Amino acid sequence: MIEAGEGRVPLLAVEHLTMRFGGLTAVDNLSFTAYRDEITAVIGPNGAGKTTVFNCLTGFYRPSAGRLAMNLNGETLRLERLQGFRIARRARIARTFQNVRLFAGMSVLENLIVAQHNPLMAASAFSVGGLFGLPRFRAAERAAIDRARYWLDKLALTEHADRMAGVLPYGAQRRLEIARALCTGPALLCLDEPAAGLNPRESAELNNLLLAIRAEEGIGILLIEHDMSVVMGISDHVIVLDYGRKIADGTPAEVRADPNVIKAYLGEDELHDAPGPAPLRPLAGGEGGARADGAGG
Amino acid sequence: MTAASGLAVDQAARPPVLWASLLKDALLAALVAALLALPLVGLQTYDIGGGALGIRTHFDWVAIGAAAVFAGRLVLRLSLQLRGFRGISRETPLSHLATWASRQTLPITLAGIAFAVALPLLPFSSRYVIDLGTTVLIYVMLGWGLNVVVGLAGLLDLGYVAFYAVGAYTFGLLAHDLDFTFWEALPFSGLVAASFGIILGFPVLRLRGDYLAIVTLGFGEIIRIVLLNWAPVTGGPNGIGGIPRPSFFGLPFARSAPEGVATFHQFFGLEFSPDHRVIFLYFVILGMALVTNLFTLRIRRLPLGRAWEALREDEVACRALGINPTNVKLSAFAIGAMFGGLAGCFFATRQGFISPESFTFIESATILAIVVLGGMGSQMGVVLAAILLVTLPEFGRAFAEFRMLIFGAAMVAVMVWRPRGLISHREPTLRLGAAPAGDAGQ
Repeated sequence: MIEAGEGRVPLLAVEHLTMRFGGLTAVDNLSFTAYRDEITAVIGPNGAGKTTVFNCLTGFYRPSAGRLAMNLNGETLRLERLQGFRIARRARIARTFQNVRLFAGMSVLENLIVAQHNPLMAASAFSVGGLFGLPRFRAAERAAIDRARYWLDKLALTEHADRMAGVLPYGAQRRLEIARALCTGPALLCLDEPAAGLNPRESAELNNLLLAIRAEEGIGILLIEHDMSVVMGISDHVIVLDYGRKIADGTPAEVRADPNVIKAYLGEDELHDAPGPAPLRPLAGGEGGARADGAGG
Repeated sequence: MTAASGLAVDQAARPPVLWASLLKDALLAALVAALLALPLVGLQTYDIGGGALGIRTHFDWVAIGAAAVFAGRLVLRLSLQLRGFRGISRETPLSHLATWASRQTLPITLAGIAFAVALPLLPFSSRYVIDLGTTVLIYVMLGWGLNVVVGLAGLLDLGYVAFYAVGAYTFGLLAHDLDFTFWEALPFSGLVAASFGIILGFPVLRLRGDYLAIVTLGFGEIIRIVLLNWAPVTGGPNGIGGIPRPSFFGLPFARSAPEGVATFHQFFGLEFSPDHRVIFLYFVILGMALVTNLFTLRIRRLPLGRAWEALREDEVACRALGINPTNVKLSAFAIGAMFGGLAGCFFATRQGFISPESFTFIESATILAIVVLGGMGSQMGVVLAAILLVTLPEFGRAFAEFRMLIFGAAMVAVMVWRPRGLISHREPTLRLGAAPAGDAGQ
């Protein structure tokens, strides 16, 4: 287990999270902590309950039991008590989706402006001031465009800014979804399989991007991923789920050596574990990944 | 259709045209047409005296109809096949025109407004033309209002006429019971209709697509049936009459006015003419429609308008971004309904009489057809479609009983050639390239 080291700021504390659907327990008594300036990965075989955890965190499901506490500057917010759509604004948790969910008929820039809906809405005095073009709204809109431009530059999307989101190549759509989540100004960024369907080069670029965000933005990243090169290459902290239970929790090196993890992955062919759009690639990315794969398969 | 290439004719540099399958397909269409036409066209009842009915047969008409369908279907499929083989994807002169038109919004809009303003002064203008123009503009305004709900927010509303009715009856009742004038009642019509929009919005928050369409359809009917049966208040099937005409800043349009009140023609020293009021009504609805358009264009560039469009694209993503879908949906319903109510208020003052008959489902269908035909979300498309849908049956008058046939054929033609509406191109509401104007201020 990871020792609570110097200067680690706990951001999200999941305690005894349980989610049942009828007779099925998708997540069973799960506890973990995600820290600021760290990348926390949640891995596990298909159906292990990873996306269910995300859906609980971001308000799409109401947990059957447990406590989800988000710490923001000393204030603690209980996510399970917030209405779903308030989580992005109040608890500052942004997410992406396993199957990309963009506003396909709107331009890339519009996607990023929609992500800043709440501050803009307030600045437009709930549209009344905006209708008359009040200076306050104009300034807010300029600021929103600047923020969008910042993330467009960071994610190499500037050339696509005025194109419709739906016509972008798949890799760019994935990046746009991350940019859109970042435009909400999150404290915790939840990425649901961001590397799914990316080629190895795009996947390596994604690693660099996530490392840069961790280093520069002062936010935490929570990651669901099948691509071991991403997980082992960049994660600070890995949580392994199997059948809704946590079976391991530690640094990539610890998790890789954990007999429970090896057992869970040995139980089935690794290839079945691959995400829909792309087969699990040879684990060239991180030297650690290759060994984890060797242990698993 | 399954290909049977027995008769395939190979032409130079063109893949074979599959004649057998084309003929089979056309024959099938002709057969269906003949079956449909047999009872509808082929048999006609007439009075043989003494209250009894005889039957005349018109099998020749059935044959002509089937032959026409056969030829039409053949030509259509053939042209589609040839066009497909040229390797050009749906690029027709019409689509080029539509794309060009959607890029040149400003000049076209200005030209359109100039034409609309000048219409009463043009040489061919007559009372009939201005009346027709007024009707077109009512539908343009309704189309723009419904466009907020259907085109922008993506909420399929089949009961839009309910808000039109609410607006009209609000004015009717205010005028009847409290002696409100048109201008006094106008804001109330909008407000009451908007409240009804919210009342409808609440129960349908969780519905989308077909389910939403069914509930809104029911809502439209409920309003109409309440108006029909709540006779003590709404006058039931007799409706409300004697609704006052709008005045020009307090100057009534009348041949003579009561003591102390100047009429419009007296004030301006004009010869009295009943056309004055017709022209004035035309300008009132023109102004109202333009305000609707201005409002919609403006709000599309505001966070609320973008949230409507985002909701149409993906509601789940909206929630993940912290947008409250309830507020966004209700605001779309309320604002769409408000414009319907304002148009209803104008309708009441124009007709001077309203009854539930004016607010049947066919009106909702027409307004929805205008929005869909025009291209969902396109403001200019709505204008084109409204002109088409309102004036086409008028031109068809010369063909008497065939006008609905021509109307239907035109609808089919538009949907064949422009399946996404006349103007389906959407320009982003802001561009990174166009931002410098804002940047300069920093």
